[in-house]
Amino acid sequence: MTAVVAAPPDTNPDGTGGSAGQPPLVIDVHGLNKHFGDKHVVRDFSLQVRRGEIYGFLGPNGSGKTTSIRMLCGLLTPDSGSGTCLGHDVIRDTAAIKREIGYMTQRFSLWEDLTIRENLDFVARMYSMPERAATVQSALTELGLDSRQNQLAGSLSGGWKQRLALAACMLHKPKLLLLDEPTAGVDPKARREFWEELHGLAESGLSVLVSTHYMDEAERCHRLAYLAYGRLMATGTVDEVIHGQQLITYAVTGPDLSALSQRLRTTPGVGQITPFGNTIHVTGRNDAALVAALAVLGGDSRYQIERIDATLEDVFISLMNDATDNFQ
Amino acid sequence: MNTFSFTRWYGIILKEFIQLKRDRLTFGMIIGIPVMQLLLFGFAINADPKNLPAAVLSQDNSPYARSFVRAMENSGYFRVVRQLDNEAQANELLAHGDVQFVATIPADFSRKLARGERPQLLLEADATDPSATNNAIGAMQQLAATALIRDLAGPLADQNPGPPPIDLRVHRRYNPEGITAYNIVPGLLGTILTMTMVLMTGLAMTRERERGTFENLLSTPARPFEVMTGKIVPYILIGLIQVTLIFLAARFVFGVPMKGNLLLLYSVVILFIAANLTLGITFSSVARNQLQAMQMTFFFFLPSILLSGFMFPFRGMPEWAQWLSNLLPLTHFLLLVRGIMLKGNELHELWPQIWPIVAFMLAVILIGLRFYKRTLD
Ligand SMILES: Nc1ncnc2c1ncn2[C@@H]1O[C@H](COP(=O)(O)OP(=O)(O)OP(=O)(O)O)[C@@H](O)[C@H]1O
Ligand SMILES: [Mg+2]
Repeated sequence: MTAVVAAPPDTNPDGTGGSAGQPPLVIDVHGLNKHFGDKHVVRDFSLQVRRGEIYGFLGPNGSGKTTSIRMLCGLLTPDSGSGTCLGHDVIRDTAAIKREIGYMTQRFSLWEDLTIRENLDFVARMYSMPERAATVQSALTELGLDSRQNQLAGSLSGGWKQRLALAACMLHKPKLLLLDEPTAGVDPKARREFWEELHGLAESGLSVLVSTHYMDEAERCHRLAYLAYGRLMATGTVDEVIHGQQLITYAVTGPDLSALSQRLRTTPGVGQITPFGNTIHVTGRNDAALVAALAVLGGDSRYQIERIDATLEDVFISLMNDATDNFQ
Repeated sequence: MNTFSFTRWYGIILKEFIQLKRDRLTFGMIIGIPVMQLLLFGFAINADPKNLPAAVLSQDNSPYARSFVRAMENSGYFRVVRQLDNEAQANELLAHGDVQFVATIPADFSRKLARGERPQLLLEADATDPSATNNAIGAMQQLAATALIRDLAGPLADQNPGPPPIDLRVHRRYNPEGITAYNIVPGLLGTILTMTMVLMTGLAMTRERERGTFENLLSTPARPFEVMTGKIVPYILIGLIQVTLIFLAARFVFGVPMKGNLLLLYSVVILFIAANLTLGITFSSVARNQLQAMQMTFFFFLPSILLSGFMFPFRGMPEWAQWLSNLLPLTHFLLLVRGIMLKGNELHELWPQIWPIVAFMLAVILIGLRFYKRTLD
């Protein structure tokens, strides 16, 4: 594959519709729908991911993230919609997609009754890798599991299982990684290392779609998509997502905040209230209404009120509330 | 592009073997089931089948002969389905299992009877399953003593009492001593293979699905055909090991003779194993979890042992049950194994039992392919 920087702006090495100056699209799907029984789990899902991008995939539990990822890698057939993944049709060419992507499932899905080494060895065989023994050995060394390679995978701790699964899905040097909550239960140091590695890989041209519930991870992504009740609510960079919602947030610091929260919650113009220790964030869309609502404190000197930038979390919670109002 | 890959296929087989090796419970079952069944079924279960098909080779067209045949039918044990002309026909019918008995009435039957010379009457029985024939033979001995008493009254009344007027000779063909083990061993072979093969493969796929590893397997380039056959191969080997163990026990513990061709026997065994494995794989495609796969296995296994002629003689069952049992591969497999081991049957004599197994397998494969899921839907 041609390196992105070396390619002239108007060439398109993958033939996947890269426009001038931008890397080509590795994921380009439109209008995907999925039902389970009469439950409409994913609605009109469209997503464009460019090469070298780390794309964050967020949304509350049950919003359809896993289902969408499964449709992208051919594990579920969409009821309608179309698109490509690495230039292959997501409905017809699933075999070709499977060879070039690395998919890490949300639930640990390696074989618990095989040892660490046997698991990696099996995965390497499934991708018919030419230098299997050497690849497995270097993966073990990189993971730091060399000395435990003959331990059963089932006896690893939760975090180590995640790290093993991640190593397994990167074994065959895929062009696109689909990671479903890869860092759930992983300690902060390992998470940081993982994200550093991910950025390193992205710079060398690997693309990543990663679902997560962690805000700090969301902020580390190049772009984000937020899903609620199967609907894509927002997409873009972190800044675009935050500013796109035009939220106004006031931080209120002072005593007895829970009683205050109770009172404000029923006040018109207040969208949501989020507690942060001895501060609460009061968020809404209409500045005048918010100011009016906060006037109940009426210059009580024990309280400090400060207008701040809405955080990503404020935005997501607001998006989720909007979705609840509209679709439930 | 993505054609069959030997590397992937071998990888799956290897993985299956390693998992099998670590799974003590499964391993225990593979050894435990044959032992348990040996204990359970080693004791013969007797029944009293009636209406057994019989042929009569009568070289004496006399009232005595006809009267005797009528008495056989009246006993309830025999149903005379054929009148034969020669010895060769008799052998053929018995070898094919078309009749259970052939009664041969010699040419001088009535003449000797009239003279009080105690004519011989030959009863040949297919004794591969002794529990099916023993009671009928007993009834025949009774008949030899009493059937013609009324006909012989009058001029020949002085024959009575004394030794029976007819000298009944019984030939228990294929199993002269009426040893039940001769029947138990092929039966055991069939039931153990049915049980373990269907269950093991039934669990093989549902286990992956239940543990969530199926999603991983599906996301790799492994093809359904590679996965299915890769999972089957280890169990074929296990099946052959079980079979060999039982054959060795049959030969050296029970002393069951081996009249036929060993290669033919193993070919038939492999056919039967394949039929059961396809059923198992189909069960695991249909079942949602291991429990369901297990339930389906028992749903199939119970009629197989009850109706196949292993536990109760086939001919002792009502007609609808016989019809049902003809659908089961085990029924035909029992006849095949008995035919080869005890009768020395050749391939051309076995076709009537082979094609139903093949047909069963094809039907099951069709259902399995219909249900095999390439995705998680
Ligand atoms: N195989 C299935 N059969 C029926 N319903 C399903 C199936 N898989 C998912 N669902 C339903 O689809 C919805 C979306 O599930 P999905 O797993 O995609 O959510 P998610 O965004 O990944 O959630 P989480 O953050 O908890 O992982 C849920 O309501 C779930 O109950
Ligand atoms: Mg999920």
